[in-house]
Amino acid sequence: MLIFLLKRFGTMLLTALVLTLIVFFLMNLRPNLEILARTELGNLTPQAEVDSWIETTIYTKSLIARYADWIGGVLIGDWGTSTRFDLAVNDVIWGRLANTGLLMFWVMVVMVPMALIIGVLAGMREKSTGDRALSTLSIVSTSTPEFVMGPILVVLFGASAFGFSPMFLDKGVLLSPIATSASEKGITFYNFALPVLTMALYGMGYIARMTRASMAEVMTQQYIRTARLKGVKFRDIVLKHALRNALIAPFTVIMLQFPWLLTGVVIVERLFDYKGFGWLLVEAASNTDIDLLLACSVIAVFVVLITQLISDIGYVFLNPRIRIS
Amino acid sequence: MEPMSTFGVVSGTFLALTPVWIALIATFVLSIMFKRNLGLYGKLFDSPIGMIGFAFVMFWVFTAIFADVIAPYDPLQQISGMRLKKPGTPVPGTEDMYALLGTDTLGRDIFSRLVMGARIVLLIAPLATLFAYVIGMLLGLPAGYFGGKIDTVLSFIANLILSFPVILLMFLFVTPGIRDYIMVDFSSDLTPQPRDILLPEVGGGIVLSVALAFVLTLIWSKTRTRPQKAFALMAVPVVVWLMLIGVVTFNAAPTLAPPPEVLIVFVMVVFVNAPTMFRIVRGLTLEIQTRDYVAAAQTRGETPWYIMLWEIMPNARGPIIVDFSLRIGYTTILLGTLGFFGIGLGSESPDWGLMINDGRRFLSSFPHMALPPAFSLMSLVLGLNLLADGLREESLKD
Repeated sequence: MLIFLLKRFGTMLLTALVLTLIVFFLMNLRPNLEILARTELGNLTPQAEVDSWIETTIYTKSLIARYADWIGGVLIGDWGTSTRFDLAVNDVIWGRLANTGLLMFWVMVVMVPMALIIGVLAGMREKSTGDRALSTLSIVSTSTPEFVMGPILVVLFGASAFGFSPMFLDKGVLLSPIATSASEKGITFYNFALPVLTMALYGMGYIARMTRASMAEVMTQQYIRTARLKGVKFRDIVLKHALRNALIAPFTVIMLQFPWLLTGVVIVERLFDYKGFGWLLVEAASNTDIDLLLACSVIAVFVVLITQLISDIGYVFLNPRIRIS
Repeated sequence: MEPMSTFGVVSGTFLALTPVWIALIATFVLSIMFKRNLGLYGKLFDSPIGMIGFAFVMFWVFTAIFADVIAPYDPLQQISGMRLKKPGTPVPGTEDMYALLGTDTLGRDIFSRLVMGARIVLLIAPLATLFAYVIGMLLGLPAGYFGGKIDTVLSFIANLILSFPVILLMFLFVTPGIRDYIMVDFSSDLTPQPRDILLPEVGGGIVLSVALAFVLTLIWSKTRTRPQKAFALMAVPVVVWLMLIGVVTFNAAPTLAPPPEVLIVFVMVVFVNAPTMFRIVRGLTLEIQTRDYVAAAQTRGETPWYIMLWEIMPNARGPIIVDFSLRIGYTTILLGTLGFFGIGLGSESPDWGLMINDGRRFLSSFPHMALPPAFSLMSLVLGLNLLADGLREESLKD
């Protein structure tokens, strides 16, 4: 087990190193450096001055040396300065990351139980009417990405003249289509429900489908038939015999869902103007804020790699049939 | 003229799509009549889910084909006096023209943009998926078949790309600075000149060359004992490749060349999809190479590439076709995401994601700007997902 962990950790470190090097290389391409020079020197600086600025401040060291400097800084907690916010990256990024963590937490709280219940209900009686209905629901959910689901939900629940909105408006419980206040003043049901629901509804379908497939397979196993023939109640078969084995596959899927949630986070945070990590990433990218974007990349890559590791380890613990040598 | 009622808008849109309905009905009638002779495609018509999915997909395919006939306006044309009008508003100065689904902030007809947008999606998404699959097969087959070092290295690279959040990758590559980055410099000047070769063009060249390598391997492994026939057959893809690479990379025919912003999106979509295809093909190869017919081919002394391309690949087609359909859906979503962030195709183009982004600020007063493209994208992806489900069900029945 220890050797397996060390090996995985080694691969992970190598991956992180290569990926950050790629991002560093891309961010240090000439066009990006010119933009950086112009933010430092002013927009109307003549080309010759920009060129000489790049020659004297950046090109004094090789790319690898600059990368080593940067990595060294990151290791002691110095992530550089954000040109977009005029602050140290440290001061900008962690608060935003916490905001996104909160969003992710609520998305998981809503999405996972909903998906597992739908998946188990659909999979326990394969090809029944209930299964058909729930499977169709899951397919519709996977076909509705955040940037489609968001506007639809806003029009239904958050706009004032369409959908169910007039009804809610009368009762004074209209959901807010903007979540800026959630990131600044704290979350309430009204400013947080739409972003959470938008993400949860899109992600739900995929997990539900995986759970259904897994459940349907378990229900055809010999031990389920044995339990049935013994006369165990159907409810007990599902809850006591099938459920644990059926949940192994969805666990992996849920963990591997994280990197993909990251894209969702970026969309939802832009859509609802929620100032979190995804919002920051777009801001950094569209302003060519090199240090900030590098920091965002490192964090994003680490989140992905760590969830992959957890999913591998969790799979081994959940499934006694897998042994790592 | 009076503005149209809701019923008028619905029936007007329905009538405007007449060519699509005719083509759709013809396809279904013909397919159902001859479904017993049509293999897996015919069997699709035994599954209600597959049929519904197919109908959705074909609706958009025919809309894209007949887009010129259906769209009443140019998607970029700004109609004067028609800014932010509700669906069914009559166009001033005309006899019987209506903005069926209203107009956007610049006075462009949303219905026309929607229809033309279908063309963009249905051109880029399947083509990018196809090229990604070609790369996935060219690398995934040997990785699964030979294993060992090749597999370790290729799998590491695939996992590397997969660990990268897609959206970040897109932000890094699809920015104007990188797009205009000069890879081959003919004019030794820092601003791009018409003769320089830029990053999108190099990427497009690589994708085309990999596809050529795949086709040539395919032909050579089958006909290598008859070199004359092999060379005759290989001439065709080589000529096509020369023509395409001339247009795409070396700017030989500027009028035909795809704009760099479209090309870079295409290349990036291929790039982020290829590792997934690699994993799927590799997994299928690992499973299929234990079969008896592969052992038989090995005993006959067939070359590894013959076995991979002509024994393993045809037997992996079922799962690949199903995944292909799903994958086009994902690519559609990815294109929409790029459009939503305005980092995709040009800022004017009738891209669905871009239209949703343009409309999202007006959701409370003019939801007709964002909702039609949203439902269009959803229905296309839903159709592809249902189609994949139907295909999977039917191919499992054998």
